Amino acid sequence: MTTLLEIENLKTQFFISSGTVMAVDGVSYTVEEGETVAVVGESGCGKSVTALSILRLIPWPPGKIVDGRIIFDGRDLLALEEEQMREVRGRDIGMIFQEPMTSLNPVLSIGLQLTETMTTHMDITQGQAHARAIELLGMVGISEPERRLAQYPHHLSGGMRQRVMIAMALSCEPKLIIADEPTTALDVTIQAQILELMKNLTRELGVAMIIITHNLGVVARYADRVNVMYAGRIIEQASARDIYHNPKHPYTLALLKSIPRMDQARQAKLDPVDGQPPDLSKLDGGCAFRPRCRFAVDRCATEFPPLEQVGEGHFSACWVKDTLDPSLKEAS
Amino acid sequence: MTGAVESTVRDDSAFRGTHSDEVLIDVKDLKMYFPVTEGAMITRVVAEVKAVDGVSFFIRRGETLGLVGESGCGKTTTGRCIIQLEQATSGQIMFDGKDLTKLSQNELVGARQKIQIIFQDPFSSLNPRMTINDIIGEPMKVHGIIPDQAKREARVRELLSVCGLNPRFASRYPHEMSGGQRQRVGIARALAMNPEFIICDEAVSALDVSIQAQVINLLEDLRDEFGLTYLFISHDLSVVRHICHRVAVMYLGHMVELAECDELYDNPMHPYTRALLEAVPIPDPDIENDREHKTVKGEIPSPINPPSGCVFHPRCALAVDGCSKQVPEFREVKPGHWVACTEV
Repeated sequence: MTTLLEIENLKTQFFISSGTVMAVDGVSYTVEEGETVAVVGESGCGKSVTALSILRLIPWPPGKIVDGRIIFDGRDLLALEEEQMREVRGRDIGMIFQEPMTSLNPVLSIGLQLTETMTTHMDITQGQAHARAIELLGMVGISEPERRLAQYPHHLSGGMRQRVMIAMALSCEPKLIIADEPTTALDVTIQAQILELMKNLTRELGVAMIIITHNLGVVARYADRVNVMYAGRIIEQASARDIYHNPKHPYTLALLKSIPRMDQARQAKLDPVDGQPPDLSKLDGGCAFRPRCRFAVDRCATEFPPLEQVGEGHFSACWVKDTLDPSLKEAS
Repeated sequence: MTGAVESTVRDDSAFRGTHSDEVLIDVKDLKMYFPVTEGAMITRVVAEVKAVDGVSFFIRRGETLGLVGESGCGKTTTGRCIIQLEQATSGQIMFDGKDLTKLSQNELVGARQKIQIIFQDPFSSLNPRMTINDIIGEPMKVHGIIPDQAKREARVRELLSVCGLNPRFASRYPHEMSGGQRQRVGIARALAMNPEFIICDEAVSALDVSIQAQVINLLEDLRDEFGLTYLFISHDLSVVRHICHRVAVMYLGHMVELAECDELYDNPMHPYTRALLEAVPIPDPDIENDREHKTVKGEIPSPINPPSGCVFHPRCALAVDGCSKQVPEFREVKPGHWVACTEV
């Protein structure tokens, strides 16, 4: 497998009146061709900002990519001219956002929105684009595709709109799709349909995918590799199996412990992560998870732990990662 | 059985407190139809949205009943009808022996103190221009529970600490707090009236994973401490399984299944309940790899023009000819296990 995307030491900051928010603070990860990589974390951990940084969609002011390299298919995206970047967006990298209502233009027909991308990026006629749009809608499971092309977003349900978004993302045969919370706004049964569709299509077409989510169940079902983010940094990186069966960071461990699971006997009490996530404009030099961590030692307050290898393809940023005993996780 | 979900039969009372056999809330054949109107000046009713269409259930004192379903199934409307935020089209809502739908405005004020609601969105359900002290204190002032201001402020501080917040938060405004902290304020406000019954409408859905567990634990602690009865409305089946004694499943305005919590999750009978449970991904890649991912076909139909007969029949794998003609009876197939399906 060859590496399709390589993010190196990405730093994105927001300069606001109350200080500098380190939204993404030195993130590095790779995506191989055809692979599905998940980025997991809670609100404000920087998972969406990382994705927007890849596409260079960070609004300035107040946001800015201050450091790092993003090598996509042999080119550094951060060094491209805006004109070249526009060719990458939508053609080489497709996007699916959380809210299908706001990411489609309400005053343009579905057909126009689908064909516009294709006629812009590909060397095809309007007629060919129209035919391909029908084919794409059929592929994402929309019935009567020809009639749908004339309809507007408000004619469609949330699930249908998300299918249109997927069709749009796939329309120019991208190498990578970035899906930011693609099913969070959808109902459970529709979420299952959409995720199944995305999984099958990316496999069939060999498209790589970055799936950004807070739902650990969705990650388990669909991702090959997982990056767990906390306060702007990746704190653990591993295969999906290792993340769930052999977590090496206290935050990952605590997250997995805090969710009620349908496949296990019910517990008397949940075991929550204590405290609140930190304010990203007031981070000190230490580990950001330290105040909520049950394993914290003195060193955690002064030095930020680097992301270091703990096993094959498994990395953790924690000073006590080697002695982390999952059985201790019961103690509070 | 659904996929890899293992059987988990065990004694319920040991885990989440006991509840009495006394029925506190008894809802009978509740219907809530919203008119769909046309025309700007002279409006006329052109259709009806059957948000809740003949729902019956009861909740015992000290019990938590889960109400699950997808958007538009009528679970929130059911909750709003109980607390009389909506005037039900027909049906009976007996609370502590009195029919809430028949009370006068004055009598309702008294009854409402005993019924409180916690909303989903901790951002829009707190007034941004009021301090936390005023938000929690106002209902006590309006209802004359604690007329004295100093005593009321002391009570607010007490409620804050009961809900796991620092009493100093009383002087703050909602925007100074995180989502989890705001939801705790919402809970403290509900508790201010010394209620017997609390409707939790997606009370933890907007919270982050690590904060969600904190608030769930708080709700459970409060239930045990004050003997509260909850109607726990949620779309999250894992959370409902954790917190509830019994669970009801709604689809398109109808109740399709109701059973004891473990019975429902271990032995779901209605095809819709099964589909819902199968759709929930389990946070373990090994289990997910082995699981067969069947997805229920189609979308949820519009409640303005619901399907004939059983409302689930167009999406149902078990549907037979009769399903499109006859509305299935909500029947008790086992003691305490009710299902609205002719094919199980």
